[in-house]
Amino acid sequence: MKLECKVNGENREADGVREGESLLYILRERLDLPGSKNACEQGECGSCSVYMDGMLVCSCLVLAGQAEGREIVTVEGLADENELHPVQKSFIEAGAVQCGFCTPGLIVATHDLLERNAKPSDVEIREALAGNLCRCTGYEKILDAVKLAAAKNGNGA
Amino acid sequence: MKPYRYERAEDISGAISALADEPEGAFLGGGTNIVDLMKLGVSTPDVLVDVRRLMSDDIEETEDGGVRIGAAVPNSDLAADPTIRTRYPALSEALLSGASGQLRNMATTGGNFLQRTRCVYFQDTTTPCNKREPGSGCSALDGYNKNHAILGSSEHCVATHPSDMAVAMAALDAFVVTHGPNGERRIPIEELHRLPGDEPERDTILEHGELITAVELPPMGFSSNSKYRKVRERASYAFALVSVAAAMDVEDGVVRDVRVALGGVAHKPWRATKVEEALRGEPVSEENFRAAAEIELSEAEPLSENAYKVPLARNVMVRTLSDLSGEGR
Repeated sequence: MKLECKVNGENREADGVREGESLLYILRERLDLPGSKNACEQGECGSCSVYMDGMLVCSCLVLAGQAEGREIVTVEGLADENELHPVQKSFIEAGAVQCGFCTPGLIVATHDLLERNAKPSDVEIREALAGNLCRCTGYEKILDAVKLAAAKNGNGA
Repeated sequence: MKPYRYERAEDISGAISALADEPEGAFLGGGTNIVDLMKLGVSTPDVLVDVRRLMSDDIEETEDGGVRIGAAVPNSDLAADPTIRTRYPALSEALLSGASGQLRNMATTGGNFLQRTRCVYFQDTTTPCNKREPGSGCSALDGYNKNHAILGSSEHCVATHPSDMAVAMAALDAFVVTHGPNGERRIPIEELHRLPGDEPERDTILEHGELITAVELPPMGFSSNSKYRKVRERASYAFALVSVAAAMDVEDGVVRDVRVALGGVAHKPWRATKVEEALRGEPVSEENFRAAAEIELSEAEPLSENAYKVPLARNVMVRTLSDLSGEGR
């Protein structure tokens, strides 16, 4: 089958897509967007988090057909051309990256959280990021990064 | 994953007829459970008929004062809906206590009812499981059964139903509206899911090709005084060990009416009708709540590893009912 959808603002298409392919596979292997990571492939770890029509989803559980005609934004689509998004900068500044495999998913999930709730409490951060697992268990620095990004939000960054 | 076809129908009747000649076909809603089960080799459909875009994603108030929820409404939208939050808070709380944000965004209201048990043996194709492979045996009976049923199970299956949403829907007297090869029907949630008996492979009474198209919440004057309490092994993103959905109508310290349903204890959302009968017309008190809970649980048959669920279910019922009655500390 042929898949057409909008990815990071551009109309993209992929030919010869097999029906069992996930959106994650298509992004990584066919559309040259390897930012979204393939870890559990079961919707448990959140490493593959992307926006689909503005909603945060696990792209490993989205079948090709379900993505047809949808608007996808991946971690690659958050930054401006020359400058990282404040959430990305905050993860660097807070040292919230260990092996880095969970980081892209966490950045998209944090972006989503701060869009909905500019000043989340610690409890709200923990609940909102519950679907993103860090196997290095570097959660303290990740919490710091989210709070740093929220603070930048307040300064109009 | 076994190869399969992906199809989209023009409308609901087209979707139903698409499955009529496909005994191994299935409908696809959000896909958060069936896609996972296909990857594990537990579900092996020949064809998936994607119905999500065919069904309503509206939440509408009905003329009789109830609410009609389209089957395609995402779990996150239903949880956030102002009418649901105000008039049926137990439902909103139940939805928010399930899964993660990513999964709630994708999962549909109709599909949530049809998710399969998270029994580890059901999900592991190398072990016997009567639900996955009828007649092969139940590995949980004498195996790892800490998370399994204490009520209504059979020698063939001791799995629990995993949905939080369905437990709240059971307490709120909801109905599902279905369309299938034999027309349309309206099924009370309490009758939708089955006890395992000797056919544990059947989770619900739905026929092959029968599609949930909407959920109806009837008007219930006291549903605004409702609550969902879930006990799990970590603070978020875990299935219930035990959960309770309850709604209570209290006047002058007397229980005028009450609804109670339990999750994590049976093959279906367990409507605690004995608790309800015992409490109607009785004064509000922790002793009465405890006595009523014990009547319901007197028929519990715990397994080797889950006897803890009996006092846990009792205590969670007492606490939830106390909170709703204004007697909570």
